[in-house]
Order: sequence, then structure tokens, then C-alpha cells
Amino acid sequence: MSTTIEAPRSPYSRPPRTRGGVSWEKWGWIYMRASGVVLIVLIFGHLFVNLMIGDGVDALDFAFVGGKLSNPFWQVWDVLMLWLALIHGGNGMRTIVNDYTTRPMTARILKAAILAAVVVLIVLGTLVVFTFDPCPAGSPADLLPSFCPAS
Amino acid sequence: MSTATASPAATPETIESFTVTLMIRRFIPEIDTEPRWQDFDVELYATDRVLDALHKIKWEQDGSLSFRRSCAHGVCGSDAMRINGRNRLACKTLIKDLDITKPVYVEAIKGLPLEKDLIVDMEPFFESYREVQPFLIAGSKPKDGKERIQSVAERERFDDTTKCILCAACTSSCPVFWTDGQYFGPAAIVNAHRFIFDSRDDAGGVRLDILNDKEGVWRCRTTFNCSEACPRGIQVTQAIAEVKQAIMRGKA
Repeated sequence: MSTTIEAPRSPYSRPPRTRGGVSWEKWGWIYMRASGVVLIVLIFGHLFVNLMIGDGVDALDFAFVGGKLSNPFWQVWDVLMLWLALIHGGNGMRTIVNDYTTRPMTARILKAAILAAVVVLIVLGTLVVFTFDPCPAGSPADLLPSFCPAS
Repeated sequence: MSTATASPAATPETIESFTVTLMIRRFIPEIDTEPRWQDFDVELYATDRVLDALHKIKWEQDGSLSFRRSCAHGVCGSDAMRINGRNRLACKTLIKDLDITKPVYVEAIKGLPLEKDLIVDMEPFFESYREVQPFLIAGSKPKDGKERIQSVAERERFDDTTKCILCAACTSSCPVFWTDGQYFGPAAIVNAHRFIFDSRDDAGGVRLDILNDKEGVWRCRTTFNCSEACPRGIQVTQAIAEVKQAIMRGKA
């Protein structure tokens, strides 16, 4: 197969750029910087409280997590961490797809998969943080953890 | 009267020369379907440049070797190429600065359509350049109808980006540009920067708006490949960051 070369001076064409409207790329870029700074505080605070304070890593068990998730302060902390980190990570994955996929169809499929993963994890995570009950009423006593009043 | 006697002619000092192997990525569209590597042995002095080696090959060994060069002194920006995996100007790369115990690999710059041997189609590159409107757009008449006076500090503000020679070494070293060539690329942003921060120019907002595009400055990942590749030593990544700041602070 021989390589064909376009006739000299044939106009080079590139898709016209659309301008105006909200610059999503700009806000995405700003979001990455802002959420990154907040996430440093949230994640290291999370690690410090879970792993360093008190008994350290030995204190981690079902009761510890249950206790944290019944405290409104930690609920807000964890939900913030969940949303910021997942959107930060999802946006980062999206830029990687933009940078490395050459076929538009592949890019669209990958970005849809990233969006689905982010949405599912955010919905599930938010649900767990706000509705988690370590001692659900009416459960058989032998299935409940030892600290529940019913067991 | 005594005349100075000529001292016995000293044997002229011979300058040491070396046999350097060059591996050149050839592509002749009439013959090849894929680019191929071809090696050439050239006798060179330490003070020779890679461009001299290419000349020797073209003039003495294989006349079909094609490459661009104009001034051959690092000003015109015609002979940017990838030498040992780094984008450089062939006319500014001395043989003594390369490791000649191994072959010297020379290939065309990446990310632009290959036309022949070391020649690429520069049109996508210049298309981006044209899009940022790299010319003075002034909305007012100069005072007294004479000249637009600029202070030393105002000139200093964009001094670095005036050095660009449009060789495409930066844009073709950018991994984001390699993907699909849609990204404006560092060179276009550098040349926009040169006018955005020029006190005599009034269309900075227009250029910031153009670079606020999906394929504009936000695709820069600050990998610093461009700053490293620039044969003029322009701090390209810094210029891009300054344009980002200007877009964030401005209206665009």
C-alpha cells in the first residue's frame, strides 16, 4: 500500500472551535486545585484520627466505625471527603482519557464508564454515611454487635 | 642588518576527528510505507554540529536525505528535530556534547504529519499560531501620532516570550499535543502571552477568550517538556501558567 500525500497547498482543516458559554475546562481546573487543598486536610485528618490517636490502628473495629458514623461531625467530614475525592479522581481520569485516547468512540465509552462509577459510588457512600445504623431495630440478637442494647 | 629568520615550519597541528554513526529515521513516501532507521558513518570534528553531519550525508553519501534548514545559526527555527530523543535545533547541537561512542539518533519532531525523512507538515502548528492573533491590535491612536511609549518594566513583562522563533520544538515535545494535535500547543500560547502582556496591545481579552477553549491552556499538564525543549530558553510552562492566571483573574 502506498502512502498518499495530499496535493500541495490543499487547505488544512480543523474543526471550528466553539466559544462562549461556561468554560467547563476552566472550572474543572480550578476545582482540581481547590478540592486538592481541602482533601489534603480531610484525608490526613482522617488518617490521623483513625490510626494515630488513642490505641491507634488497634482501635479500628465495627464499633469504632459505627461510633464515628453516628457523630454528625464525622458524617459531614466523611461525606465531604467522599464527594470531593470521587469527583477529583473522576475528573482526573477524564483528563487522562482526553490525553490518551485517539478514537472519539473509545473516549466516549470510557468517560461514560467513569461517570457511572463516580455516580454509583457517591450515591451508595452518601446513603451509607447518613443511614448507617449499627443496631437495626428488630434484628435477631445473635447478629447484632456486642455493644448494642438489644444483644 | 639582521633579518628575522623564519623558524622551521612547525608541522600544522592536526585536529582530531571522529567517526560518528548517525541513525536517521528515513521515510520516503514514494518508496516506504513505514519509516525505517538507516545508519550513516560520518567523519566529524568535535566542533561540528549535527546539521554539519546531515550536510555531509546529503552532499557526500545520500542525496535523497531531506531536511529543512535555513540560516543554520539557531535563529530561523527551521531545523528542529528529535536528536537522541530530545527536541533540539540541529544547528545548535555540537557533536562534542553528544555521546559519540553510541549512534546518534536523529528523527523528525513528533505529533505533526510526517512528509519525508526529517520534514513534517507544519500547517497544524501554524494554524494554532494564527488562531491566537499574534499581532499588535491597538484600539487607540498613539499620543502625538508618533509612537507608543513603553516603560522598561512594561517591556520586561513579556520579554521572555518575544524570543520565540517558531521552531515547534516545544509543541512537538508536548505529550498532550501528541494525542490528537487539537491542543493549541505551547508555541501558540507563548506567542499569545507576548501580546496579552504587552501594554500597547488592547486585545488581550480576545486572546484570553480564545485560549479559554476546551483545547486551550487548561489542557496543559505542566510536564515542563516544552521548557526543556525550547532552544531559546523560554520559560514556556511559566508563560502558560501566567496565561491561566490571567484567564482566572480576568473576565474570560
